[in-house]
Amino acid sequence: MASSESRLRVRKEDGITQVEFVDRNILDEANIQRIGEEISEIIDGDAQPKLLISFSNVDHLSSAALGTLITIHNRLKQKGGQLRLANIDPQIYEVFMITKLNKLFDIHESRDDAIASFA
Amino acid sequence: MMSHGSAENQRPSPRQKASVRLHRFPEDMPAVQNEVLEAISAHDYPGASEFALRLVLEEAISNAFRHGNKLEPGRHVDVEWAVEPDRIVISVEDQGEGFDPESLPDPTDDDRLELPSGRGVMLIHAYMTDVSYNERGNRVTMVYQRPS
Repeated sequence: MASSESRLRVRKEDGITQVEFVDRNILDEANIQRIGEEISEIIDGDAQPKLLISFSNVDHLSSAALGTLITIHNRLKQKGGQLRLANIDPQIYEVFMITKLNKLFDIHESRDDAIASFA
Repeated sequence: MMSHGSAENQRPSPRQKASVRLHRFPEDMPAVQNEVLEAISAHDYPGASEFALRLVLEEAISNAFRHGNKLEPGRHVDVEWAVEPDRIVISVEDQGEGFDPESLPDPTDDDRLELPSGRGVMLIHAYMTDVSYNERGNRVTMVYQRPS
C-alpha cells in the first residue's frame, strides 16, 4: 500500500498491480531511486507479478528513469512476471523510439488495452 | 556582460546569457535548469523545444557530476548558456579527465538494450542540432536551433 510519502499511486485489481506516478517530471535522481525501490517491493511481494505502469501524469523523464524501468523489466523477467506500459505521451514515446526501448517494453496506448494483453 | 554567480542566487527574471558554478549534486541542479527554461520560455520557443532542453540539461549536468567528476566532493560543474531568439547554446564543463564520445558503445544494439545505463549522451545528440566537445573531453557544447 502506498504511504503518504510515496511517489506512486498503486492499486491491485484482478491480480494486476496498476502503478501511476505522482510526479509529472521523473527526472530527479532521488525520486527515481525511490520509485525503483517502491516498485521492487511490489515485485518482491508477488509470486508471479503482473505490473502495469501508466504514464498518464508524466510530462518528462530522463535516461536515469529509463534505467530504472529497464531494471524493473529485468527483475520481472527473472521472476517470470509480466510488465506493460501505457498512456505514454507522444513526446515521451519519442524518447523510447530514439533509444529503441519501444522494442524492449510492451507498450499500449491505453490502460484497458494493457490490461487486456496480460496472459 | 556575462556574470558568474552561485546557483543559490536566483534572480527574479531569468538571465538570457550567464554562467553558473554548481557545487552540490543534485541539489544545485533545479535552480539553473529552471532559469534556463524560463529564459527559453521568454522567447516563445515551442513546447517540443522546452521538452528537449529540459531533458538535455538533466542529462548533461548529471553526466558531468556523475561520470566526469565521479561524484567527488569539492569538484564543481560550470554551466554556461546563451538563449537567443533563434538558437540556444549551452555548455557544461566538469573537472574530470574527459572522455572520448566516439568510444561510447551504441546503447541501441540488441545486446545492450537491457543495460540500465549509457543513454544520456545519445539523447543529447538526438535532441540537439549540434554537439561538440573540447579536446580534453570534459566540456560539452550543445546548440539548439529553433525549428523552422
